[in-house]
Amino acid sequence: MKTLADLKKIREKAQEDMKLRGGNVRIKIVVGMGTSGIAMGAREVMKTFLEEIAARNLSDVLVTQTGEKGLSSMEPVVDLIEEGKPKVTYGNMNPDKVKKVVVEHIVNGRVVSDYVVSTGD
Amino acid sequence: MYKEICAKYAPTKDNLIYILHDIQDSHPQHYLSAEAVTTISDYLKVPENHIYGVITFYSMYSTSPRGKNIIRLCESPPCYIKGSDNILRKLKTILGVEVGQTTKDEKFTLELCACLGVCGNAPVMMINDDVYGDLSEEKVEEIIDKIRGRN
Amino acid sequence: MSLKRIDLLICCGSGCVSAGALKIKERFHEVLKEHKITSEVNIIETGCMGPCDYGPVMVIYPEGIFYKKVTVDDVAEIVGEHFVKGRPVARLMMQEEEKTISAQKDVPFYQKQVKVALGNCGYIDPESMDEYIATGGYEALGTVLTEMKPQDAINVIKESGLRGRGGGGFPTHIKWQMVHDRKADQKYIICNGDEGDPGAFMDRSLLEGDPHRILEGMMIAAYSMGASQGYFYIRAEYPLAIKRIKMAIEQAKEVGLMGENIFDSGFSFDAEVRTGAGAFVCGEEMALIHSIEGERGNPTPKPPYPAVQGLWGKPTVVNNVETIGNIPTIFRKGAEWFAGMGSEKSKGTKVFALTGDVKNTGLVEVPMGITLRELIFDVGGGMIGDHKFKAVQLGGPSGGCLTVDHLDTGVDYESLKERGAMMGSGGVIVMNDEKCMVNVAKFFMDFCVEESCGKCSPCRIGLKQMLEILERITDGYGREGDIEELQRLGESISKLSLCGLGQTAPNPVLSTIRYFRDEYESHIRDRSCATKVCNDLMHYDIDKDRCIGCSLCARKCPTVCITGSRDEKYTIHQTGCVKCGNCFDVCPVKAIDKVPGMHPEIVEHRAAVANAKNPYDD
Repeated sequence: MKTLADLKKIREKAQEDMKLRGGNVRIKIVVGMGTSGIAMGAREVMKTFLEEIAARNLSDVLVTQTGEKGLSSMEPVVDLIEEGKPKVTYGNMNPDKVKKVVVEHIVNGRVVSDYVVSTGD
Repeated sequence: MYKEICAKYAPTKDNLIYILHDIQDSHPQHYLSAEAVTTISDYLKVPENHIYGVITFYSMYSTSPRGKNIIRLCESPPCYIKGSDNILRKLKTILGVEVGQTTKDEKFTLELCACLGVCGNAPVMMINDDVYGDLSEEKVEEIIDKIRGRN
Repeated sequence: MSLKRIDLLICCGSGCVSAGALKIKERFHEVLKEHKITSEVNIIETGCMGPCDYGPVMVIYPEGIFYKKVTVDDVAEIVGEHFVKGRPVARLMMQEEEKTISAQKDVPFYQKQVKVALGNCGYIDPESMDEYIATGGYEALGTVLTEMKPQDAINVIKESGLRGRGGGGFPTHIKWQMVHDRKADQKYIICNGDEGDPGAFMDRSLLEGDPHRILEGMMIAAYSMGASQGYFYIRAEYPLAIKRIKMAIEQAKEVGLMGENIFDSGFSFDAEVRTGAGAFVCGEEMALIHSIEGERGNPTPKPPYPAVQGLWGKPTVVNNVETIGNIPTIFRKGAEWFAGMGSEKSKGTKVFALTGDVKNTGLVEVPMGITLRELIFDVGGGMIGDHKFKAVQLGGPSGGCLTVDHLDTGVDYESLKERGAMMGSGGVIVMNDEKCMVNVAKFFMDFCVEESCGKCSPCRIGLKQMLEILERITDGYGREGDIEELQRLGESISKLSLCGLGQTAPNPVLSTIRYFRDEYESHIRDRSCATKVCNDLMHYDIDKDRCIGCSLCARKCPTVCITGSRDEKYTIHQTGCVKCGNCFDVCPVKAIDKVPGMHPEIVEHRAAVANAKNPYDD
């Protein structure tokens, strides 16, 4: 390491690894991980999100979890929260749908309306 | 064995404290023997009286044999306020020794020491390199029993 | 590789480790494996988070949820409920007046705090240099080396108003300037990590929790004064701090942040760790220097100051760990920002170690000038139980005790000194109304007598004299004039001692005489210790009305000095009593009282002993 630019490179990479602890998050993915969500396959959904995001190197996306939302019939349920936009809730998710949501919604910014359960709070 | 330890360090006087630590830690009885001092003196070309001067100045060095495990109970005010005197009484009872003495089975030496810097969890003691905090009389008994069983 | 979705930060400062944090970490690994989610969770060992009293503590991101007093048995629930199902475990969160606080930032303990030196402690993995860099680490060093002249850097520190955090409060820039201005083939910087003040542990936490910060600060200091070699002098009692600093040095060398020609600036620097071996006086800078040289850690008269003739006779700066810890942030955020905090002459923040009878013990960093009331009652959460606040001891064995009248005093170097206390290294020992101030003073004096290196006679002999007077007072042999004698001795020792240890050692006694003179007087004149702490100045008494004559006390008495019968009830024969307290503990009906004052029988007995010689008479 010889310059401040070298240092900056390390910093950016390291910040990326620490982003769970705050920082720049564009989209937050909240997976409903209550008992019914898990029973319906929320774990697989969560795992697919994590894998897809890692594979695409998306640095500004955060995956987290929450409890039951009460929408048992729609489980697994996933919220996508974007700064300044209404919350989008997807229902009946599965790994294939997750892949599509990542490509369409998260990367290209187009809501996949077929899977949407509700929008707004 | 002492020579080998010395050889890990450059033969300059500023390494004396390190060498003393190293030799003491590697001795099963955790002390600095007369033989060790002679060896260090030869190696560093420093008179033995200087080495004894240093040994006696610092409280962590001992010139007499000690137990396998060294218990160092903090006697500083924050621990005292939180009841370290009861802990000391308990330690003396279960070990059957006074401060500075070694148990008959040579497993423990009981010592007092200055602040260990874990005052938020007073009272505390250090056994070898491990710190135990929030001590109560029951907890002390448990810890000692566990170490007794281990050795 | 799958992306991590949870950062689990387990506090692995010495406090939490002593409470079992490492076992908890092991358990997490096991449970995560059972649930097959090892790949989703990052387990990070951090330095001290501060609230040691609640240890083991941990923070879980992204939510920032704070758990306290976690046990090995709780781990399965945390993983099963929180990690797998997303339901944080409320019973492990902080409770404040029936409210459960989940997020770390909302915990009252953290609210009045401003973290500068401790900024990363408990937030990053201290063993990962990358995490330090992610928080902006080494940027200050890079900027200073590539864009500033040494004198510019000194000027920044001058403008910031930074003063030594080790106790004296000497302006940091003056030390640097003195060494900068001297011509020498070799200059040294030493980081003083010989934190010996009982009740202070901020330096340990910093060294353990954010070692790269100290390394960076040291290199900036070294560049400013032209030193190419540094030493960390760390107490042998802090094995973890030693390990972490050694690791940090290796990591920095590996990537070229330490070594030859750093940042292509022509500046080269190397550092080594030296350890102590258990001597309090080695915190004094000259003693410390001698100890590094492989000598007895005796202080020597100043001048010559270390800036002129320090380590191996070369110009040397000795800076305290916390002082150095502030430096990178001052350069990153600017001198003005730092000087904007604190009081008129004491700038910035100070780390305090809250201990004793206060609810939230631990490490806190607050702006200088905060009042003792805010520090003890807001940050510290007030006293434990129903006890009243009696006194606070600031600055360890060199400091003094302040009382309830001083609670609104702002904490800075000057205002504490005026009142007979001292900032010291920042140890704050809070005491409740059960503590005897004479006994506390005796305790500190005992410490100083033990730790005196013996080189100069005022300290070696004078402190011993003071201790003997204090001992006879607490043993019930105090005499008229003892208080004045203590004051006279204390003042002379302060003036005549060679180093800071002796000069400040009388402070606890002098300050307690100043604020609690009545306690000394009642110990001497009435032979009574109102708090019933001094054994000779209190006694146990059985209340015959409450006594049921069960004989339990008599059976438990080690000196067989309790006699009686079911009808007559029981009596303690005071001359035989050793005040062990067994009877008091075992009495099923609590018929035994602790009474202040020497029992008349003892007074008579002492007078009557054939050679009624006071053991303290010469």
